[in-house]
Amino acid sequence: MQERSSGAIAVAIGFVLVGVVVGYETSQIADTPLYAKVGPKVFPSFVAGGLILLGLALLWDAWSGRWKAEDDDESRPIDWSALGWLGFGLLFNVALIGTVGFILASTVLFASVARAFGSTKPARDIAIAFVFAAIVYIGFAKLLGINMGTGLIERFL
Amino acid sequence: MDTLAQLGNGFAVALTPMNLAFSFLGVLLGTAIGVLPGLGPALTIALLLPITFKVDATGAFILFAGIYYGAMYGGSTTSILLNTPGESATIITALEGNKMARRGRGGAALATAAIGSFVAGTIGTLGLTFVAPIVVEFALKFGPAEYFSLMILAFVTVSAVLGNSAIRGLAALLFGIWLGLIGVDLQTGQARFTFGILELLDGVNVIVVAVGLFAVGETLYLATRYRYGKDEILPIKDSLWMTREDWGRSWKAWLRGSALGFPIGALPAGGAEVPTFLSYYLEKKLSKKPAEFGKGAIEGVAGPEAANNASAAGVLVPMLTLGLPTSATAAIMLSAFQSYGINPGPQLLMTQSNLVWGLIASLYIGNVMLLVLNLPLIGLWVKILAIPAPLLYGGILVFATIGTYGISQSPIDLILLYVIGGIGFLMRKYDFPTAPVIIGMILGPLAEQEFRRAMTISQGDVTVLVTRPLSLTLLVLAAIALAGPHLYRWWARSRK
Repeated sequence: MQERSSGAIAVAIGFVLVGVVVGYETSQIADTPLYAKVGPKVFPSFVAGGLILLGLALLWDAWSGRWKAEDDDESRPIDWSALGWLGFGLLFNVALIGTVGFILASTVLFASVARAFGSTKPARDIAIAFVFAAIVYIGFAKLLGINMGTGLIERFL
Repeated sequence: MDTLAQLGNGFAVALTPMNLAFSFLGVLLGTAIGVLPGLGPALTIALLLPITFKVDATGAFILFAGIYYGAMYGGSTTSILLNTPGESATIITALEGNKMARRGRGGAALATAAIGSFVAGTIGTLGLTFVAPIVVEFALKFGPAEYFSLMILAFVTVSAVLGNSAIRGLAALLFGIWLGLIGVDLQTGQARFTFGILELLDGVNVIVVAVGLFAVGETLYLATRYRYGKDEILPIKDSLWMTREDWGRSWKAWLRGSALGFPIGALPAGGAEVPTFLSYYLEKKLSKKPAEFGKGAIEGVAGPEAANNASAAGVLVPMLTLGLPTSATAAIMLSAFQSYGINPGPQLLMTQSNLVWGLIASLYIGNVMLLVLNLPLIGLWVKILAIPAPLLYGGILVFATIGTYGISQSPIDLILLYVIGGIGFLMRKYDFPTAPVIIGMILGPLAEQEFRRAMTISQGDVTVLVTRPLSLTLLVLAAIALAGPHLYRWWARSRK
């Protein structure tokens, strides 16, 4: 008997739950038999059933210890500070891209990712990030004409 | 002769200055992202999908094809010098190639990989040129029932047969199919799985999913492991000129690798891993110096690298003739066809003759460009490898933001991007393959469409799937692919 991975069990349970949600949402789709031989529920029902069955199979695999994370090694725990910095950068980006604009939000994102990857020179990172974000913004918004929204700096460009 | 005339016409399309420029840009970009560890052609093409609104279809596909081929060349450089295979198909190249680089034979390894890729890419493209029209003849006989069964077969082979676990592969596939079903059902106008969010009525954008899985998820995963060990870049100590012995040991391996890679890539199963593994074992068996394997045998680079490139050309056969993508990159190219309102399938070669043959011709041209770019300019690509990881991944996430925020300027897409990035992180950590998600997402709704067509024609009789001989054959093949490995193991055990 191999050791169980609690993470794998959690992932399997989460997967079954996704299947249940898909199943429930499928039952909420309105049926309109007039339009099609195969209604809008048929295919989603297959998918929901398949998701639940596979979720149970995953649970069985995890429970019997046959399946675990590739790096579920106690000597190499997850680097939480790295994940924290990344999470901070991503959340900041979502929250503020609409108000402060792409360039400033991306500068913060870039610098926090660099920090997550072990950089110890925040001032250098922020400078590079700012120049990079500005060049990318000009490239995409001005040359390619992709609408990247506006912001504190963008309105002057 | 008709094929040759069409191909000539294709060259006329591909050789216009604009399309040559697209091809050059594509191979340049493709090589660069192939060299960067963790970036692949699927992600790059996904990020560039918005150009489909500005550029004509032929130019866009020539660009995408250049990225696709270029990434294959670039990936081998990383495997050889850094021992971090960017894609699963180059794992085998790293096996012998990195050993060669450690012994100071990195130049020869890069040369045999680049020339082998050129030889195999050209053979594969020749195969594509002459096989595609034959497959089209055959595919014209397909009705909706056959298409549906073919898709089931492809579903099983891309998810269950490749990879470590059939269950996890199928789980990833079904998750992808579900993502594909989100939005308004085109046939009945019913909203499905939108959870009351207006933005989801149009469905989940494949760009968001591809960038979430391949850029955000990958970055999250690498960040949590980064402090454990950094790879060193091995310097190239020898010249890029292969010795007479190197040539002698390489050319047969190139040809054998191409012979394995193209047909396997062209099957509706797809996947470049299988032919590279097969080629490696074949070369090991046939080598006059089998003792060198594991220590840096040049055949072990030449064969699998050729197999990899030939299968990349092979994957384009089902994609262009049947509209059946069997890799993540092909699936994203299919969604590019959809955004032009073009339905790939047997009719494509006739209705979009200029596009398809221009694309095929550009592959020949791109291969030549790539050989030139990768041999004399190899030093330039090695410099890309030296970009420090903190800056590299910072830049990748900024590009990921542009790719998604630039579509709609909606924070919903960014939130979705990060949720899918989180899922991608878990998938990576718990050893789920990610390509089936993209394939399921693109192919799932098409399978539903064919299923409905088949049922409409048969007046709702499901048995049509097993009473039509071709459809039955495809379903039996799918069942064998799913159960075969288990039956074989059971049989092998019971014989003991």
